[in-house]
Amino acid sequence: MAASRTAGGGARHEKPPPAPPRRNGADRPPRRASSRRVKRGRVQRGRVQRGRVQRGRPGSGAVHGQRWYAPWPYLAIPLALLVVFTYIPVVDMVAYSFTDWDGLSPQRTYVGLDNYVDLFTRPQLFQVFAVSLFYLVGAMVQIVAALYFATLLSFNVRLRNLFKGILFFPYLINGVAIGFVFLYFFQPGGTLDSVLGIFGIGPRLWLGDPDLVNTSLASVSVWRFMGLNMVLFIGAIQSIPPELYEAAALDGAGRWGQFRHIIVPGIKPIISLSVILAVSGALSVFEIPFIMTGGSNNTETFVIQTIKLAFNFNKVGLASAAAVVLLAIVLLATWLQRLLVPDERVELS
Amino acid sequence: MSAVPRALPLRRALAGFLQYLSLVLASAVVIVPLLAVVLTSLRTGQEMAANENPLSAPGNWFNLHNYKVAFTEGKMLRALWNTSFILVFSLLATVFIGSMTAYAVDRFRFRGRRLVLALFLVAALVPSVTTQVATYQVVNELGVMNTRWAPVLLYMGTDIVSIYIFLQFIRSIPTSLDEAARIDGANSLTIYWKVILPLLRPAIATVVIVKGVAIYNDFYIPFLYMPSEELGTISTSLFRFKGPFGAHWEVVSAGAALVILPSLVVFLALQRFIYSGLTSGSSR
Repeated sequence: MAASRTAGGGARHEKPPPAPPRRNGADRPPRRASSRRVKRGRVQRGRVQRGRVQRGRPGSGAVHGQRWYAPWPYLAIPLALLVVFTYIPVVDMVAYSFTDWDGLSPQRTYVGLDNYVDLFTRPQLFQVFAVSLFYLVGAMVQIVAALYFATLLSFNVRLRNLFKGILFFPYLINGVAIGFVFLYFFQPGGTLDSVLGIFGIGPRLWLGDPDLVNTSLASVSVWRFMGLNMVLFIGAIQSIPPELYEAAALDGAGRWGQFRHIIVPGIKPIISLSVILAVSGALSVFEIPFIMTGGSNNTETFVIQTIKLAFNFNKVGLASAAAVVLLAIVLLATWLQRLLVPDERVELS
Repeated sequence: MSAVPRALPLRRALAGFLQYLSLVLASAVVIVPLLAVVLTSLRTGQEMAANENPLSAPGNWFNLHNYKVAFTEGKMLRALWNTSFILVFSLLATVFIGSMTAYAVDRFRFRGRRLVLALFLVAALVPSVTTQVATYQVVNELGVMNTRWAPVLLYMGTDIVSIYIFLQFIRSIPTSLDEAARIDGANSLTIYWKVILPLLRPAIATVVIVKGVAIYNDFYIPFLYMPSEELGTISTSLFRFKGPFGAHWEVVSAGAALVILPSLVVFLALQRFIYSGLTSGSSR
């Protein structure tokens, strides 16, 4: 069956008859001119169906009148990597979460939902979620600030590129370097204390005070990622047709009116995407607190806790349960966002 | 009503002033922490002991002693080599994997195409940070734990954003080019290699820049999968400054500045590509 198919396909390629290309040439130009941009996908799909029906006839004219196995050599390695590094870990993780495995010994016993019960009865769990709230608030501040600066820098401002560059640059800095920069910045008697001293504000233990430390760490996160959000917003604002502003100006709308009625609706998809990334980002914070405080002094995040459970305390089962919970929350948040903001731009094609 | 035209210029001037003030203040917030580190990296040990204001000028603006210490004792040369090794191999692999996937999915119509697309789409939703507990075991079983191949495999295996960038770009390449090549007798591999790949150059540049920056800065994966000290990357080597140089902020600062410098150079040289790369990566 397969052999005969390939034989047919081979014959089709060996001697391309001169007539079909001309026929293609005759019927294609108008289609290309009218609908490639808009309905290319649909057109191609239609062509394929025609190709399938006419299979066997030489030169049926599908986009790629291909043998059935033709795309798979290109997909083999990408799919293998996708399965090995994304799907197998997810499945394994769920499986581990029902066992008491320590990550080393060959044997593991099934313990049912014990890990999940353990997880939700640990007082540390709520502590970890409380820490996430600081980063969540930080992320909201970050989005608002990014929106403000993106709007400002989309209008005519002197030294626009310089300001944009300065505000964006932190995103490109190595996370460990950022950790050290701010460990130094927040030191007792360090940069922040001496700058605030000019304004008569006394020194504080920015990283030592358990009530203050998470605010400090969350602001480092805002410092790092605000510029990225801003650049994404600027990109979206620039794709708004300029006629809209002119029309709004004719209607007497000021800056604030333009912002509310043109910019915000125009870049809604990217704003909602940023909000969803903020939620999953706040839950999976790792680098900044790990580098700066190592998770001590009230700063442990969900990921730090999971990593410690798995690799320091050899509780792979429990850590997997924690990771499954985190994954479920992130997927739930993504699903909610797609539900609330149906957004064609996030979809493929 | 009559007061409005007269009040407007003043209000506008004030608004303009406040706008610039906010921009200048935000820029200061970005620059001051970095400036403190640069200034400190130029101080001598005695100056540090004198406990001056961190923002005061160093005695000698060209005192590069700390940089020398950071570079040699921090084993930065080795770190640079390890990071470059990982960068080169994972970028090459990402470009080929991303472009091949995009080529197969966009230029062929085959059974299972929607499933393949869905597999990549769903995988993009799974944040890799959540699955490390199990990924660790997979890497262990592949026998690449604590080698430079572990990060290379992970960077090429979990990058779905670059596949999107290629997919988006390949759609703008007219299929008539493929067909012309086919009529000239080219097979699908030749079309990929001679037609598609060269035309994907802008997408390749985008992926290399965006992904290159991410790999250079990544801490999590090398920290978890290459614990051995000889395999330190830029990030993990800098992280190890914490122990031996813990009290020597002038050396730690020099190390941080050394790591930031290449990012600054790349940013100044490739600004436009970085902005457009990030924008196209997000609006997939």
